[in-house]
Amino acid sequence: MSATAARAYVRIGTAITLAGLVALAGVYVVALKFTPVELRQGLAQKIFYLHVPAAWNALLAFSVVGICGGLFLWLNDRRLDRLAESSAEVGVALGVVMLTTGPIWAKPIWGTWWTWDARLTLTLFLFFLFVGYLALRAALHDPSERARFSAVVGVLGLLLVPFIHLSVYLFRTLHPQPIVLKPSAPSLPPEMLRTLLVSALVFLVLYIGLVTIRYGVALAEEETEGRLDAA
Amino acid sequence: MPDALGLVLAIAAKDIRAELRSRTALLSAVVFAALVLVIFNFARDPTAVASVDLAPSVLWVTFALAAMVALNRAFTVEGENGALDGLLLAPVPRGAVFLGKLVANLAFVGAVEAITLPLFVLFFNVDLGRALPGLLGVTVLATIGFVAVGTLFSAMAVRTRFAELMLPVLLLPFMVPPLIGAVQVTARLLADRPLSEMLGWLRLLALYDVVFVTLCTMAFASVVDE
Repeated sequence: MSATAARAYVRIGTAITLAGLVALAGVYVVALKFTPVELRQGLAQKIFYLHVPAAWNALLAFSVVGICGGLFLWLNDRRLDRLAESSAEVGVALGVVMLTTGPIWAKPIWGTWWTWDARLTLTLFLFFLFVGYLALRAALHDPSERARFSAVVGVLGLLLVPFIHLSVYLFRTLHPQPIVLKPSAPSLPPEMLRTLLVSALVFLVLYIGLVTIRYGVALAEEETEGRLDAA
Repeated sequence: MPDALGLVLAIAAKDIRAELRSRTALLSAVVFAALVLVIFNFARDPTAVASVDLAPSVLWVTFALAAMVALNRAFTVEGENGALDGLLLAPVPRGAVFLGKLVANLAFVGAVEAITLPLFVLFFNVDLGRALPGLLGVTVLATIGFVAVGTLFSAMAVRTRFAELMLPVLLLPFMVPPLIGAVQVTARLLADRPLSEMLGWLRLLALYDVVFVTLCTMAFASVVDE
């Protein structure tokens, strides 16, 4: 029964993801063709429409992991563990998009691939934390142990965020470093804001689609594990 | 529960006694820390960077690496002969077991730090002078936080296939706030800066300790109970 459920999740997830990918192509067209070019940054600014939505959704994915972990420790529901696992994997994938598009933009605009800015450092450590989270999952055999341990790491990770942010912030404000150009965050022109929000929505669709597929895979994996144990 | 503290101390005393009888882990952790210091000494260019500028980072990276080696030991010893099961069968609340392990680990890491510090002064020719009491204070404050998280993670890591690798991968992100804070305070102490410049960092370290000691004590039951 649950084998068909797993298949249904994968099928629905694939449909959502495909729709998301088509919409993503649309975002490219809108961003390149129908959104004005930024005055000072020129075409380099176009990457903003990929980078920021990926970052937002990666942070959303990591928050889902933490919240699911906390709820799991309370309710002990396997579905929450599956959701946390799926969300962590998709979050790491979105994190890769964020961490590769960022430097590509930063090189021409800031004049450097990387700087130890508060936000950059925070997201980098979050990324490492969730890579570690996935490594921990992979290194554990017992499903109940895996669920409990990763839930604990997820919750602690959620609480670590304000501490890393605060310490990096204190570090940065006490030691100002020259930055070639600061990322100004003024109110965007409406066309740019529209493109950004549409792209964020498309990434959200992609996130939901991929998590749904991954959820189905997790379900199928459990099914197989159960059958192997029974045999 | 009148003797909760007694239980915590009993578990800590058991760990410390076992360690003092073998002394292998303590000895290797100290030798490891000394080796890290020696390597650092060769890794810097003495003509380019003054040792006092590098000293805070060297000291804390050494402490962090040594603590990692020491923490790996905490639950490996419990894995032998099903010792952990025996400990968990005892009529002791899970929180007390965790705090007992935490106290033992703090004693262990503290001992390594206490031996490393004079070596550091010797190798790097740092004049601690009036900074010593402050340095001891910030060491205690920073160490409590990451050893608490490390104790919890060490209980998880022993259950995995590559425990020695898993602990650093999980723990290092959690070491970032205490390490940054400790390095910043140490640098100011060595430069003889006023307390007001360190207050923000000290508050952060104290807050980290409170939050993570509480959280880890609560989470420990989820880690060890089937």
